[in-house]
Amino acid sequence: MTEAPPSSREERILGIIETARAKRPRFRDEQVTMSHGAGGKATQSLIEGLLVPALENDALAALDDAGTVALNGTRLAFTADSFVVRPLRFPGGSIGELAVNGTVNDLAVSGARPLALSLSLILEEGLPAEELRREVEAVAGAAERAGVEVVTGDTKVVERGHADGMYVCTSGIGAVDPRAEMSPAALRPGDRILVSGSLGEHGTAIMLARDEFELEAEIESDTRSLWPAVDALLDAAGPSLRCMRDATRGGVASALNELARAAGVAMLVSEAAVPVHPAVAGACELLGIDPMYVANEGKLVAFVAPDDADAALAALRSVEGGEEAADIGEVRTEPPAMVLVDTAFGGRRVMDLLAGDPLPRIC
Amino acid sequence: MRFVDEFRDPELGKVLAGEILSLVEPGRHYKVMEVCGGHTHSIYKYGIDDLLPENVELVHGPGCPVCVIPMGRVDDGIAIAKQPGVIFTCFGDMMRIPGSHGSLLDAKAEGADVRMVYSPLDALRIAKRNPERDVVFFAIGFETTAPSTALTLKRARAEGVPNFFCMCNHVTIVPPLRALLDSPDLRLDGFIGPGHVSTVVGARPFEFIPADYGRPVVISGFEPLDVLQSIQMILAQLAAGRCEVENQYKRVVPYEGNLRALEIMAEVFELRPHFEWRGLGFISQSALALSEAYADLDAERRYEVPGVRVADPKACQCGEVLKGVIKPWECKVFGTACTPERPIGTCMVSPEGACAAYYNYGRYAREREVV
Repeated sequence: MTEAPPSSREERILGIIETARAKRPRFRDEQVTMSHGAGGKATQSLIEGLLVPALENDALAALDDAGTVALNGTRLAFTADSFVVRPLRFPGGSIGELAVNGTVNDLAVSGARPLALSLSLILEEGLPAEELRREVEAVAGAAERAGVEVVTGDTKVVERGHADGMYVCTSGIGAVDPRAEMSPAALRPGDRILVSGSLGEHGTAIMLARDEFELEAEIESDTRSLWPAVDALLDAAGPSLRCMRDATRGGVASALNELARAAGVAMLVSEAAVPVHPAVAGACELLGIDPMYVANEGKLVAFVAPDDADAALAALRSVEGGEEAADIGEVRTEPPAMVLVDTAFGGRRVMDLLAGDPLPRIC
Repeated sequence: MRFVDEFRDPELGKVLAGEILSLVEPGRHYKVMEVCGGHTHSIYKYGIDDLLPENVELVHGPGCPVCVIPMGRVDDGIAIAKQPGVIFTCFGDMMRIPGSHGSLLDAKAEGADVRMVYSPLDALRIAKRNPERDVVFFAIGFETTAPSTALTLKRARAEGVPNFFCMCNHVTIVPPLRALLDSPDLRLDGFIGPGHVSTVVGARPFEFIPADYGRPVVISGFEPLDVLQSIQMILAQLAAGRCEVENQYKRVVPYEGNLRALEIMAEVFELRPHFEWRGLGFISQSALALSEAYADLDAERRYEVPGVRVADPKACQCGEVLKGVIKPWECKVFGTACTPERPIGTCMVSPEGACAAYYNYGRYAREREVV
């Protein structure tokens, strides 16, 4: 038996790994750990290995940011989100504002104009009324800015020691815009990858606000409604807008990986084109974190056919908060389901989902 | 970022890559070991490999602090973490290292109070905020991090913090390097020396490598241009027939090291007669314990720990990977039974581990085209 040369043996092993990764992940853990909440591979195994198979239906299996339901010919987008961020207030926002924008944005990136929200509050015994009042006002303010009404809700109180002051759950419903024809399956080689602004601000702001690192920097959460950006994109690109994702937990890197897998395409990102503010870059450098994996609460990733990419980028830049929107890369064919980066230094590497580091709760 | 971006300039990188190409003899294969896991991480993160000629091979070395922690020590740490009232603190990547019955992250899910810290001083601060609890810091690392642990212990003593303890797993860099050079199964042409360790110990401790083993060493910084320049300097030594310790990281590393840090370490620590290294077995005088003067802060003396040596899982080849004998992908379980989400070995957990770096960043062969 002759041994294959090293490079082809390496190829073969890499092939086996890619085949294994293309399969639906299984949920094999004996207990829930903080990794399952980090937005990386452990979260993926929880969702795709436990929840999707148990609740099997087409809308859920699409794993979009919102599920779509048809009602008398109207397409409705429906989504839910829970907020367990600590601290409740942080530079640039608070849990109440986040709870509105998070759900509004899941609808927006599904191409749906937000119509109505629900609001559930889980309150800890002893929470000062002043803090509660402030967060309810934050909800009201954010809802007004996003042009959406909170039409129903629920309240529960739990004993002291639970719920870190308050947890907030919202759900939202929106009408899918007739201009929107989006799905991961629509991705084609050559499509451009756009981000709607500079990355990593929300997650970095929260990590610094937790006061565990003795780092000080003026970084504010980017929490805001993405509907104006989506509205502008739909106008500028219409059917050339293939697909969008809200780059929250796990950051842009995780959003790209999810879509590369869902669509069976490769993606190539140019690191030098990724907009990151110097303060965020500096804080992430010190903490050993890549800003591409850090949560945003007001940034989307959009995939646009090449001919309309410039118009789409101009549209994003015309919206408040989108001034730094950028074209960061391209959809390719091979290797399928993988995201690669051309580093600013001139090398090329993989940008995978994170395994699930025990990161602090950021949303 | 000033003082960082200058060392990531792609144009200068191309110049260095050109110089490297002009130094290699066609037909000769060069094997250069980067001793330190920080270098391994940089090499993959920036794709430095892509700028090297085909016949210059980088071999990953044993200098990853998390990777060298054996399972038995993880079990001991978990045993302390599970003691009633204990707050157990460690670096983030340590939390996912598997012991024989799960990791510290699992222990946390089962109720142990395990907290991630970025420095031992964070752990001391937690101790001061929680005077009714014992706070234990799981100290790991080479001479790089040992001084900060030592300073923290000195401060705990000076400030009279009675509830701060340390489980010391600090190791030293020279003994494993010597063990590696003595092992017959590895032929190396030169070493990229560990920059951070050298800020403390200096360059002198590495003089035995050229003197006794005839191999050049270049102490290197961690930015991509640092690493490329160090490779260039090693190849220049080989081309000129020189063999010495050179210091590429002069902006940080003094040749004599940091004498003050060494003094503090000598006061707080003492050498263990022997210490088990993951996959490498016991190496004499290769690790530090708290000295008698700090015995009352020693978590290993305060708590009963199993202290049992646990054999590595049979399939795990972390030892061979740490010695650079095999490439990560040559391990029998790489990427199949052992993945970053479900690691068997330590090298698959730490971002400085060769397997994790290769899996997360490099899992894409140079020959494959992106189309």
